[in-house]
Amino acid sequence: MGDPPSSPDPAQERRASQASNRRRSRESSQAQVSFPDDVQLQGPQRGRQGSRTSGAGLGQTDAQRAPRPSLTPRGSQGQEDQPRGPVYPSGLPSGFQPPGYVAEGTPQHLPHAQGLFQQLQPAFHDPSMDDLSQLNFYQKDQVQFSQSTQQGFYLRDDVDLHFSPSQLGSMSPSKELPEPEPLELAVQNATAYLMQKGDNNDISLYEHLVNLLTKILDQRPENPLSILESLNRTTQKEWFHPKQDTPQIDPEMQHTYETAEKQMALFRQGDQETEEEMADGPVPDIMEAAYYFLQAEVGLGLDESSLIFLALKQLAKQQPVRTCRFWGKILGVERSYLVAEVELPEGEEEAEEEEAEEEELEKTGDAPPRPQWKPPPAVPTEDSGSGANKYVYFVCNEPGLPWARLPPVTPAQIVAARSIRKFFTGRLDAPVVSYPPFPGTEANYLRAQIARISAATHISPLGYYRFREDRGRDDEEVDDEEKGGGGRDSCERNPDFEGIPVYELVTSMANWVHHVQHILPQKSCTCRPGPPAWPAATARSMPWPSYVPTSGQGPSPTPLAGSVRISTLAGVTRTIRRTSTRPCHAQFNRSTPMVPRSGKWTTPRWKRSRP
Amino acid sequence: MDADNLLLSLELASGSGWGLSSFRRASLLASLLLVKRDYRFDRVLFWGRILGPVADYYIAQGLSKDLLAPRKTLYSLNCTDWSLLPPATEEMHTQTAVVSGLFMGDPSHEYEHAELQKVDDGEKVFDEEVVMHIKEETRLVSVIDQIDKAVSIIPRGTLCKTPFGPTHVNRTFEGLSLFEIKKLSSYFHFWEPTDLKNKTLLEKADLDPSLDFLDSLEYDIPKGSWSIQMERGNTLVVLRSLLWPGLTFYHVPCTKNYGYVYVGTGKKNLDLPFML
Repeated sequence: MGDPPSSPDPAQERRASQASNRRRSRESSQAQVSFPDDVQLQGPQRGRQGSRTSGAGLGQTDAQRAPRPSLTPRGSQGQEDQPRGPVYPSGLPSGFQPPGYVAEGTPQHLPHAQGLFQQLQPAFHDPSMDDLSQLNFYQKDQVQFSQSTQQGFYLRDDVDLHFSPSQLGSMSPSKELPEPEPLELAVQNATAYLMQKGDNNDISLYEHLVNLLTKILDQRPENPLSILESLNRTTQKEWFHPKQDTPQIDPEMQHTYETAEKQMALFRQGDQETEEEMADGPVPDIMEAAYYFLQAEVGLGLDESSLIFLALKQLAKQQPVRTCRFWGKILGVERSYLVAEVELPEGEEEAEEEEAEEEELEKTGDAPPRPQWKPPPAVPTEDSGSGANKYVYFVCNEPGLPWARLPPVTPAQIVAARSIRKFFTGRLDAPVVSYPPFPGTEANYLRAQIARISAATHISPLGYYRFREDRGRDDEEVDDEEKGGGGRDSCERNPDFEGIPVYELVTSMANWVHHVQHILPQKSCTCRPGPPAWPAATARSMPWPSYVPTSGQGPSPTPLAGSVRISTLAGVTRTIRRTSTRPCHAQFNRSTPMVPRSGKWTTPRWKRSRP
Repeated sequence: MDADNLLLSLELASGSGWGLSSFRRASLLASLLLVKRDYRFDRVLFWGRILGPVADYYIAQGLSKDLLAPRKTLYSLNCTDWSLLPPATEEMHTQTAVVSGLFMGDPSHEYEHAELQKVDDGEKVFDEEVVMHIKEETRLVSVIDQIDKAVSIIPRGTLCKTPFGPTHVNRTFEGLSLFEIKKLSSYFHFWEPTDLKNKTLLEKADLDPSLDFLDSLEYDIPKGSWSIQMERGNTLVVLRSLLWPGLTFYHVPCTKNYGYVYVGTGKKNLDLPFML
């Protein structure tokens, strides 16, 4: 034989010439690792076919080596060239992507290469082969591979051509093939084409297909044909965005983690309380209420309710509250509001009264005549602790975030709120742009809507609440005249309440009453000044008898009077022990704009009340 | 919401303020399974609830293998017995457009609508009052169809169109990333596309034909009719329609959980442009 030690070189060069580009180390190792079974499968086949089975890749090169003049005793095995044809396509992938082609990290691939070679070696069962030469070939291959990285392939190719024409003799399949077999040539061309790299990509179609098939074989999805396109896309994506091993914290998740930490803080604050504190605290048992609401198919879910419970306890710690209640949730466009209804003890309320300073026009000689018209006196805001400002409301966007206090509501704001319909954005300082113009920001609008909802929809079974006893019940008229009807604005739970059977509650409206004062047309709960009058909520059969919801959208009262579904649409009667009524005189009704209450019926479902 | 993961979906959608009692949930699970078997549906969705003063309608929809094919709608008053509704037609839409107000909760209820029609009687032409009776079922069908067309949505990438025609679920959809969830263009209408042909070639060049074959929410009119929020401490994205208040879409980013449900009175919010 010619020069066995150097015989591998041109062989390898042949293979190198087929792949005209460098491979990525990752991909080649992937390919090598992924098809060890294929290689093994191919092994026996090649073994059967004779000595040339030093890898299918090698087999292809035989054809190219054919022009070499020297022949080996293996010429007799040339006839086996043909049967090896079909091996090529399947044998291709196993390939021989010899580590020599790898630009970087070659030593890493030596083990792979060795592994491959070792697999191939036992495949050769043909005893007639010149085993020794084969073994020598392989061992030298490994050495050669490590050395071949530095030099250009074609250069080596040419050089070796000149120097060792005779080595090929051991590998050439036949005596002297004048030209490569057309089939093999076609296959080689096809492979070379597949292994081309595009202009922009770093990956050739060949490598991509290798990755794709690897993935499919690893994952073995059902019906792979139907998801082939998606897999294709995913494989491509993965190539360019590999999953990193380093545990970096995703900057996008930062906000999520912060919110989660705030919620964890909520849980930790609860650990310090004792059981007695929890039972007697100002915060009622939200979880029980949430459970009942869930059975009524209304509510925020038990997880959310538990977070709200903890947030309310946090509020109770921060503010000196007497009682505290979860009023509900108002949905907004950007964020939502969780509303808590709080009763502060008397004397501790901060009066956040914005005093509007009247501008005084300076009189100059040439000033135009001042108009004689004076606007009607603004209806004064009710004091904290009475009427519409009986409770103080706190809002937050999510449980765990700090609570913000809402300012007390003024009658002018309620007037305006009745005339407009706007979504809440979720930011308390957002302006409310509307016509007629709303005097205030979103915080005021929110507070006005909360006041309206509370006044209209907070109901309870008849007898559940009763008025405070200290006002006396005998001389009601006298008392009320003296005290301006203020005796009816506070009620307390009736300890003698025995409960009303569900059947009666459901079938008749008479058993339900409002326990919150109604808002009068001038938007406060008491008429003033003028003759003393009762809060207008007494003995009214409908919330606003003088204002008929005229729009076609609003449900007409009649069918609903028969319905007892407890919703914002229910018309409820209030029956009091003595129903002497003094309707509020219309002294101010003329001056304040009376607007049809249809706006109330079409209140967006964003607003919910949870008594 | 898919009937297969009903419980999780109910939890995720609970931020809108409604839920189902434990009895209803249990009966839904069982009855939807039977519906799927009886009608040979590929997927069954719990579409939602239409509220009425006396009773609510619970609506379910069944889908066949081709997810964009016309769906079958069923309704029930107690979540155990389901009745099939007829498919919606244009006639129904025009007929029921005159009815307003809440649903009664009684499927056999008939609305009376009096119209003045010109009747030509020989020489005279006079107006005659014609009273039309519109059944509540018809109205229900029409409203459900309108809601579906307008506001039923899915994330981009969940449906995949094959070259053979039918659309099916994309198995490799892993959820929207945190970057994509805040954008309206990541959500599509779950209905036959109407706007695609009107797009310019430049716009179409950026689309992926296997994934971007539905109308996206970006071009919805009026602008701003969707509210996108993160709930549950930023782990859940919720889209609420402002045009049909009551429709909630939820999705947990980077997972396969998503769904939409409608709980409302079936009233379109015609004041939307004034409220924004």
